[in-house]
Amino acid sequence: MQGFMYPNEIELQWSVLIVLYPFITGLVAGAFILASLARIFHVEQVKPTYRLALLTALAFLIVAPMPLQLHLGHPERSLEMYLTPHRSSAMAMFGFVYLWYLMAVLLMEIWLDFRKDIVILSQTTKGVKRHFYRVLSLGSQNISPGSLHVDDRVGWAITLIGIPSAFLLHGYVGFIFGSVKANPWWSSPLMPVVFIFSAMVSGIALVMLVYMVASRLRKTAIDMRCLDTIAKYLFYTFIIDFTLEMLDLIHRIYEADESFRSLDFMVRTKLFISQVVVQIFLGTVTPLVLLAITQLFHLRHKLRKRIYAISGICTLIGIFAMRWNVVIGGQLFSKSFLGYTTYKMGFVTREGLGPAIFLMLLPFIILYVLVKLLPPWYEEPPTPGSLSAAE
Amino acid sequence: MVKLQDISHLLRMAAVFAVGLVLFLVFRSAFIPKSFGRYGHFRGDALAEIASRPIHYAGHQACGDCHPEEADTKAKGVHAHVNCETCHGPLAKHAEDPTSMTPQLPDVAHLCVRCHSENIAKPPGFPQVNVAEHSGGQLCDTCHQPHSPALVVGARK
Amino acid sequence: MTLTRRQLLVLLPAAATAWEFVLAGTPEAAPNYSSADHWWGMLLDITKCIGCGSCVRACAMENDVPDGYFRTWVERYHVDDFHIESPVVDSPDGGKEGFPPGDFSGGKNFFVPKFCNHCVDSPCTQVCPVGATFHTPDGVVLVDQNYCVGCRYCIQACPYGCRFFHPTKHVADKCTLCYHRITKGLTTACCESCPTGARQLADLRNPNDPIHAFLKTHSVQVLKPHLATGAKNFYYGLDGSVR
Repeated sequence: MQGFMYPNEIELQWSVLIVLYPFITGLVAGAFILASLARIFHVEQVKPTYRLALLTALAFLIVAPMPLQLHLGHPERSLEMYLTPHRSSAMAMFGFVYLWYLMAVLLMEIWLDFRKDIVILSQTTKGVKRHFYRVLSLGSQNISPGSLHVDDRVGWAITLIGIPSAFLLHGYVGFIFGSVKANPWWSSPLMPVVFIFSAMVSGIALVMLVYMVASRLRKTAIDMRCLDTIAKYLFYTFIIDFTLEMLDLIHRIYEADESFRSLDFMVRTKLFISQVVVQIFLGTVTPLVLLAITQLFHLRHKLRKRIYAISGICTLIGIFAMRWNVVIGGQLFSKSFLGYTTYKMGFVTREGLGPAIFLMLLPFIILYVLVKLLPPWYEEPPTPGSLSAAE
Repeated sequence: MVKLQDISHLLRMAAVFAVGLVLFLVFRSAFIPKSFGRYGHFRGDALAEIASRPIHYAGHQACGDCHPEEADTKAKGVHAHVNCETCHGPLAKHAEDPTSMTPQLPDVAHLCVRCHSENIAKPPGFPQVNVAEHSGGQLCDTCHQPHSPALVVGARK
Repeated sequence: MTLTRRQLLVLLPAAATAWEFVLAGTPEAAPNYSSADHWWGMLLDITKCIGCGSCVRACAMENDVPDGYFRTWVERYHVDDFHIESPVVDSPDGGKEGFPPGDFSGGKNFFVPKFCNHCVDSPCTQVCPVGATFHTPDGVVLVDQNYCVGCRYCIQACPYGCRFFHPTKHVADKCTLCYHRITKGLTTACCESCPTGARQLADLRNPNDPIHAFLKTHSVQVLKPHLATGAKNFYYGLDGSVR
């Protein structure tokens, strides 16, 4: 500890797992927004990633509550948030936003979009898989053009509701921090907005990378028109995100309220690597410059793909760093503005780096399983009676 | 015109949601603690649970009945408003049943200096001394009777 | 009537359960106490605090507060001339064993005891997701240790740093204003053990409480008034440098 901290402040309360949580929900929201580009805004170019984006969102949404459960002092009591939610608590209300988004938006949209494939797979597979698809189809075998048209219309409506729902999902997380008047690093009306836009940036980058990796693994050609469009949206969203974060920074420096000196010192010292080096230079300026280059100059496919890959990775690292700087940074300084503490992150502890790494890898494993169960690729699904094409 | 058979799968899904909602409501009524909401958005029984925690400090009213001499001495000196347990520690058990425990006499070497060693932050009018210079290592109760600490040489029994 | 051990083992839990039902009807678990008659706060006189740490020790002993965590603590301030925005503050082990002499001379120096302000508009109860921390009808903010999920949102939301995460119970914990004492006509452990009367429990709803006369004739402050928490710890003699 440096300087003075209230005695109870020295130990950090929210660990790297609480950094993971907004990162993961951000990826979910961002991946969904990318999917909605195709469905609602008729950006046909990104259609090849539509289903993949939905499955990616689902894989990450499933993992999202896990870091929270690991963090709780009494995870066995966590259902209390659904039984007796305190309506003035953003955290409690978020439980319902999460549930709404998972059940009414994401699962419904995936089910409606994949229903034809599910029904066909329930007819063409054998054994356990057959039962699985039959349950998923809810016993309905109807894939007539009429029913598929209904699915399409309802799915469209759900995607439409899904866009504000995705904003609500991640905006709420921003509000959980932004509404804490005790903490000047967090308390800001900009917080939900910054969280939403950084979520979109991270989600778009993630789907772009997953698409590139999947194509490489499947040895299929990447649709360059799709990739270029995704990169373009990534670039524009990033500019908005960067502008918002710079606005926050400039506003803080200009007004210089009672917390400023303490926060400024913290950023220059304790948060220098994670904020200035990683989040700003590596995670924001680098991908912005690289993407700007691809937008301004005509480069060969191979070079563009390399630049997109590097930009995507830098973006994800940068947005993770942003979550780190918000959550951990907000706890490193004293509310007396007179001192600082350090975050001691364990490795093989309940809230340590080990579980954090595992929880970051888990969504990819789940995504792999989902992709095998519900192939999102836009090729002809196996028709009943024909020789089994896939697997 | 939409045919019923073309939306039957949606109706099945709606039924799944309805069942889920009913299950949730049943679960709620089974698992929400009965006293929840009685006085506000919290478990009403908690008030009684917290209010019935064990008491360790008896409070200054409790001592005078059995120790009138000491209480009297104290009331006449400058420690009149220093409660007994400030120096003697928590003694609710002793007050309830005097034979249940023997109270330890305070550790004079550390107790008195905590209040009376000089410190720049203490109010100037408050009696404070540089302990080493003041007593040259002798214990405080050599010269000061704690219950009425005016200077009395040979006060320690 | 002689009881066998087995009979006792059956009788005791049954009696305890029955008692719980009795207690449930009297929420204050104390006869003659009606929460509607009281509205608790505290008066702190900075000019009288000597930083002896008796309050910190007494609280720890009364409430089984674990080592290294504090339901109350004392801070020492050193303010150099007009530099009220940059005081030098320390609180060695919360002031539990008093304070060492200190290596500064001159300036203005004083002690500030701190603990939960039992705010009327507390940000901590606002953010609790499950209703585990709450206001009692008599103005005390408490934590239901059997309901708290340990999310620590309340600890983040408290501007005064008075909450901590209990290391073994894994729930949020803080000053209870010795609710188990004040509902029985006793004062809090910290007030009981304060040798100079720097701390005084105040019942704001009692018209005869000395605090009313005091408030009329003295200037008092609360901590962080700009956050409008409705704090009920009133400090007399609080310097502008106190954070």
